[in-house]
Amino acid sequence: MSAPHVLTPDRSVSTIMLMVLGALVPAICAYYYFFGPAILISLALASVTAIAAEAAMLRLRKYPLKFFLFDGSALLTAWLLALSIPPMAPWWLIVAGTAFAIIVAKHLYGGLGNNLFNPAMVGFAVLMISFPAFMTQWPAPLMLSQHPVGFTEALQYYFSGTLSGVKLDAVTMATPLDTLKTQLQLQHAVSDVQQMPIFGAFGGKGSEIIAAMYLLGGLFLWQKRIITWHIPVSFLATLILIAAVFYGIDGSRYASPLFHLFTGGAMLGAFFIATDYVTSPTTPRGKLIFGAGVGLLEYLIRVFGGYPDGIAFSVLIMNAAVPLIDAYTQPRVFGHNTKAE
Amino acid sequence: MRTLYKFHGGVHPPEHKEESNRLPIAPAPLPKRLTVPLRQHIGNPAIPVVKVGDQVLKGQMIGAADGFISAAVHAPASGTVSAIEPHAVPHPSGLPDLCITIEADGEERWIERAPLDYRNADPDAVRLRLRDAGVVGLGGAVFPSHVKLNPGAPAGIKTLVLNGAECEPWITSDDRLMRERAAEVVEGIKIMAHLMRPEEVLIGIEDNKPEAAAAMQAACRGTGYEVVVVPTLYPSGGEKQLIKLLTGKEVPAGRRPVNIGVTCSNTGTAYTVHRAVNHGEPVISRIVTVTGNVLEPRNFETLIGTPIAEIVQLAGGARPGTTHYIMGGPMMGFGLDNLNAPLTKAVNCVISASPALFPPAPPPMPCIRCGRCAQACPCELQPQELFWFSHSRNFDKARAYNLFDCIECGACSYVCPSHIPLVSYYRFAKSEIATRDMEKKLAEQARERFELKQQRLEREKQEKAARFAEKAAAAAAAKAAAAASGVEDPEAAAKKAAIQAAVERAKAKKAEAAAKAEGAETPAEKIPQGDSDPLRAKARAESYAASTENNTDS
Repeated sequence: MSAPHVLTPDRSVSTIMLMVLGALVPAICAYYYFFGPAILISLALASVTAIAAEAAMLRLRKYPLKFFLFDGSALLTAWLLALSIPPMAPWWLIVAGTAFAIIVAKHLYGGLGNNLFNPAMVGFAVLMISFPAFMTQWPAPLMLSQHPVGFTEALQYYFSGTLSGVKLDAVTMATPLDTLKTQLQLQHAVSDVQQMPIFGAFGGKGSEIIAAMYLLGGLFLWQKRIITWHIPVSFLATLILIAAVFYGIDGSRYASPLFHLFTGGAMLGAFFIATDYVTSPTTPRGKLIFGAGVGLLEYLIRVFGGYPDGIAFSVLIMNAAVPLIDAYTQPRVFGHNTKAE
Repeated sequence: MRTLYKFHGGVHPPEHKEESNRLPIAPAPLPKRLTVPLRQHIGNPAIPVVKVGDQVLKGQMIGAADGFISAAVHAPASGTVSAIEPHAVPHPSGLPDLCITIEADGEERWIERAPLDYRNADPDAVRLRLRDAGVVGLGGAVFPSHVKLNPGAPAGIKTLVLNGAECEPWITSDDRLMRERAAEVVEGIKIMAHLMRPEEVLIGIEDNKPEAAAAMQAACRGTGYEVVVVPTLYPSGGEKQLIKLLTGKEVPAGRRPVNIGVTCSNTGTAYTVHRAVNHGEPVISRIVTVTGNVLEPRNFETLIGTPIAEIVQLAGGARPGTTHYIMGGPMMGFGLDNLNAPLTKAVNCVISASPALFPPAPPPMPCIRCGRCAQACPCELQPQELFWFSHSRNFDKARAYNLFDCIECGACSYVCPSHIPLVSYYRFAKSEIATRDMEKKLAEQARERFELKQQRLEREKQEKAARFAEKAAAAAAAKAAAAASGVEDPEAAAKKAAIQAAVERAKAKKAEAAAKAEGAETPAEKIPQGDSDPLRAKARAESYAASTENNTDS
């Protein structure tokens, strides 16, 4: 019997994970509404793969299955990956990515709490590098698609790789970030490009609403004190700041800060990915540095880099710096460096 | 309204004060047998001053203070000393300790109780009275009050803080004491203030004890003492946290409040100061909360030495489902294995624990670095890092991350979503570091001793060689002389030369001894001579003191 003899009743690892999963639900609903049912298939495949991979690894490592399997952490990795990659893809793409995330990025690094790199982002990076063609086939928003894909059709595509009657090109489209990059290379001005139908009020059509839902979910997590404000605020503030600088320099070649906030993975990254406990700093100052680093790299990669978006790589690069950041940002301890000393 | 300062972190565990704070303090009956531990305070245990078979009076000193940081212990009732031997005591270690057992005769014959007019007495005499009355901090740390109530700092004491926060859940002994005996508590504070001469006296009470605060406010009228109601937030009753709350000052790490002109004492201690000085009554009883899974939770004024089992019976006994007992509060208290252990000055609460009230912790999960512990830590530490380093036995790192600033309040463990027993890891790391430091010190001594021995052997070898060479030279000289004269026996001549050489050696030794007496040291004299060597004896005493200090802290 050792003190304390009481424990906080309201929070365990699994309740935290469940709350984060819950905070993703509004965005998933919006995703479903704007892009069709394919995302649900993606999420289901990822979930099943994650649980299976987690169970296999726990068994191999001789961990008690019952206790660890349903802590929710594997499910969260699966969902984050599924929400990061295109939802119209052969089944093995999401399965391979999820399995790699759980088996290599999570368990081979020591399992829950010990992995240096964000597993979902490792999964994403592996898929991005290995299967770039599949990773850029994003479905078009339903309202822009000549051929809205239903549930059975999506399911058919996942497992057979074909759609009945149409080619995949008919249902996919370049993302707003991709479109902007290509059009800018063709010497079009940002304002002209943003007149294209794929763009919405300030981001991509449909996807800007999903981004807003991520923001909503993130605010819920902050209000429930699951995450602190430091990483999202420094991430988004840095993104806004640097986007504003370039926008100020040449508004016809660089998109506005608002556009950058509401396209791609910015909101998902700021509230759900960069805030991953295990792979982000724990000190307040460290979180600010980490968030700012991710925000900066995110902008540089998506604007100047070869990839359409930079969340995965910017998070992974900053993950590597976390131990160093933590070591150099230790806060003052009570009674140290006081005036009286 | 006084501005309050904030300390970092803190938690809000369920308070559970209502159970035991409704009924007034009840006097506990006299038990048949009382077992009084000699170690009931920080510092040296008291030295027994009675023998088995002695008749003692109620309040008679049975153990005298041993040295400066120590305090006396007293017979809680008149009767006969029946044993002086190790006995189970309420200590986290579970180890027995030396106790004096008294069979009470039921006559309750008191010693002569003489009040001390502290206003006209030498402050040192007042402190001596406190020491000999066994007055120690009753908040749990049991630090001798006569040591604390000494304004030794050159700058003097600015603030005297009285700790009535009672931030641990379940405990209500200070609450009831302040409600019912506020005037006597304030009399004690007057004595403390007389000894310390502070510029201000602040009494900190958490806002979940409005009745106690009101009673203290009424009793303080006209004294200039200020009752400050502080928000209920564990651990506001931690000494350094309360000082920060009330004064905004931080006690520097590794220092005492007196270093920043503050002294902090428990309100219960103030009450015993009053009884000791104004009534001549030593500390032979204390208020103890008996609560949790018992029939009638309540506070009892109980004699020191009463078996915990009997104290539980006072509250109607344990309800069914009781699995164990907690000494102190649920945040920092410890489980008691042996109910024969007696009540000591340190025990402010006995909680009967059942799985319903104190559900067992689920098995721990890995740390997910969520940082809730760092948000809760009142010492502004990074508990997740300390856990990481303690767990991986990286003790140097743990120390570098200020492990020893941890007050073991348990706030981190309380909030941990992985249910990791963090405080246990910190205690483990602290004791490992203490052991390692101790071993390092001993190894250092052994190394020094070995080197000196090597030096001595080397010197002896050289001396021997020199002696041999001398002898050989003498023999050769004698031989040569004999050969030259041709008369004398060469062997006799060699003998003579050897004797001559021996005489010279003895002379040299004598001269050396004389030089030593004058204090002139030669390297050869640094060799320690067993335990008589003063340096080594000192080192040994120090390491012993360190080990005992460590015991009492844990």
